[in-house]
Amino acid sequence: MYPIMHREEMSGGTVVLNEIHAPQIAARAKPGQFVILKANETGERIPLTMADTNPGSGTITVIYQVVGASTRLFKTLAVGQGYDDIIGPLGKPTRIEKAGTVLCVGGGTGVAVLHPITRAFKQAGNRVIGIIGARTRGLLILEDRMAAATDELHVCTDDGTYGHHGFVTDVLKTILARETVNQAVAIGPVPMMKFVCAITREAGVPTLVSLNPIMVDGTGMCGGCRVSVGGENRFACVDGPEFDGHKVDFDQLMQRLGAYRAEEAAIGAEHACKIGR
Amino acid sequence: MEKNTQTWALPRQSMPEQDPQVRRSNFKEVPLGYTEQAAVMEAKRCLQCKKPGCVQGCPVAVDIPGFIQKIADGNFDEAIKIIWRTNSLPAVCGRVCPQEIQCEGACILAKKAGAAVAIGNLERFAADRARAAQAQDLPAKEPATGKKVAVVGSGPSGLTVAGDLVLKGHDVTVFEAFHKAGGVLVYGIPEFRLPKDIVRSEVAMLERLGVTVACNQVVGRTVLLDELFEQGFEAVYVGVGAGLPTFLNIPGENLIGILSANEYLTRANLMKAYLFPEYETPIARGKNVVVLGAGNVAMDAARTALRLGAETVRIVYRRSRTEMPARGAEIHHAEQEGVEMFLLSNPVRFCGDAQGRLTGMDCIKMELGEPDASGRRRPVPMPDSDFHLACDLAIVAVGAGANPLLTGSTGGLKLNKWGYIVTEEESAKTTRRGVWAGGDIVTGAATVILAMGAGRIAANSIHKYLTLGW
Repeated sequence: MYPIMHREEMSGGTVVLNEIHAPQIAARAKPGQFVILKANETGERIPLTMADTNPGSGTITVIYQVVGASTRLFKTLAVGQGYDDIIGPLGKPTRIEKAGTVLCVGGGTGVAVLHPITRAFKQAGNRVIGIIGARTRGLLILEDRMAAATDELHVCTDDGTYGHHGFVTDVLKTILARETVNQAVAIGPVPMMKFVCAITREAGVPTLVSLNPIMVDGTGMCGGCRVSVGGENRFACVDGPEFDGHKVDFDQLMQRLGAYRAEEAAIGAEHACKIGR
Repeated sequence: MEKNTQTWALPRQSMPEQDPQVRRSNFKEVPLGYTEQAAVMEAKRCLQCKKPGCVQGCPVAVDIPGFIQKIADGNFDEAIKIIWRTNSLPAVCGRVCPQEIQCEGACILAKKAGAAVAIGNLERFAADRARAAQAQDLPAKEPATGKKVAVVGSGPSGLTVAGDLVLKGHDVTVFEAFHKAGGVLVYGIPEFRLPKDIVRSEVAMLERLGVTVACNQVVGRTVLLDELFEQGFEAVYVGVGAGLPTFLNIPGENLIGILSANEYLTRANLMKAYLFPEYETPIARGKNVVVLGAGNVAMDAARTALRLGAETVRIVYRRSRTEMPARGAEIHHAEQEGVEMFLLSNPVRFCGDAQGRLTGMDCIKMELGEPDASGRRRPVPMPDSDFHLACDLAIVAVGAGANPLLTGSTGGLKLNKWGYIVTEEESAKTTRRGVWAGGDIVTGAATVILAMGAGRIAANSIHKYLTLGW
């Protein structure tokens, strides 16, 4: 068993943080990589990109939105309890380089995945601008940590309850009009990544996105996570999870994320959409 | 063996099976096993040849006449012990080996009496009986050598290496990427052909012998092969299988409802999605299912789809029946259950609706031309023969390739142009000192028993290395 050492609820209990003892993974994991978690014998294998690792204490941190049967089960796990199985680190780490000015855009729980990548770009000597957003103030996560990891942080809420009233793309446009950006990273709901990429493509700013399609094994064996990148099929689990956002077919990805919507509804899940996970 | 000379002409004992109309909607095993009486009757058909062709036909050289004689004598406990000497997975082999081209293919009775001794059925009988009786007599182990061996992959070849080497006194750890041990035996082969309890008990047997099984270990990611040497392992066996799905690369293949056989079977078998929602992993349940390909994996996928409630299940294959790579018995079982064969048909594109869901497949009729490199007659498209096949689930079972996860992260391993590991045939040694490889990662997708045969060769070579040097 992989025990939970620390647990927090965020966004009014719709988002949960687990710090889990998994020393082998903690020692090796790099920003951008993911793990697969399975709570118990009957559980599903759920891929989550790590929000943090601490090799010293041998822990990894995941932050997930409670959206379906499996994450509802995860939410019931208390400190001292844990996961039967955790596999990782999987996928390729983010290529962290000194690019100059780096723009990190996150939405929903994507901010959890964005944070360690943002921090790594900052540590690599880049000037880092952050833009994070949420539907409403209560759903915003990790603002303080993102503030610490960036030189400049912009916060947006769709409903205007906090920060800029509007979408991350509004702020993105302003910044791109204001100065030269050398690299962008966008992690969040698929529509957000799609719209961010449409804007950065216009501006000619290379943009990394981190994808979380449906997958089973996470080692390149099942092909369920295939995404169309530049017209070619790539497996998010081994070729990704990060890809050139200007080449990803986001519409197809969005459709494929809904493959098991009927089954998820049948199991009694509320709207089982992965958007925002 | 005079007594047998009177019994060889008896008809081969058939194994009772679940009725096709019943079994097509359940996941219970299809063949039901021999009674003791039937097993003894069948065993008595064996001629006890002085130069047994069956043993030569067996990749792990089980003493077949030896164990069959014990069954004929009613000494079932001794029978299984004879098998265990050379085969650590008899309950598996008795079920999934292609006996008709191996031991039974070489049986003299096949020619003489029209039907070989049912060696596979007898092996299964001996193993099942020992398991039911909870036989606790472990095979004798040699004294501990203190040498550590790492086995990467817990499929049939890895388990064979582990079983052989633990008996020789070595300290064996098996690394498995999934959360359960067994490799293709648990993720690939369905419950109705190989109950997972059997795999579990064969693995438990190895653990009782002292093998350590470490799950959730993706060698190449969680731990690197090089680090295994740093951890004190002196020999590493790589048996990671051919775990890379092949797709058709035709338009529309990313529509919802098109899955690799790897994904479909892994969901059904390893994740037990057929028990959804009790088990949380969902699986696509098609009404009209097509399976592309005609090997054993395709048959497994087709029969799984029937059991998940499909109204029609069609095997779509571009060659003819003669070229179908699946075992005759598998094709027979599939057809009995209602799987239809669409032969000499090749998919050209998948069609979908506005939501991106599969609705059908455009195909073209084929005819057979001259033989190609594989020796099989090459299928060529027939002009103006397009037709449309409505379907809501398509399972792609056209083979598997080499997964580069381990080989890509390990130096010193020579690979061939397809990415499979190059080994020395007589020893299973790779080009890297201290590393052996076998099974599908060397040969490409093949059978359980061939993988076990490679494991046996490697285990012998590893033992020699650990005692005498490279």
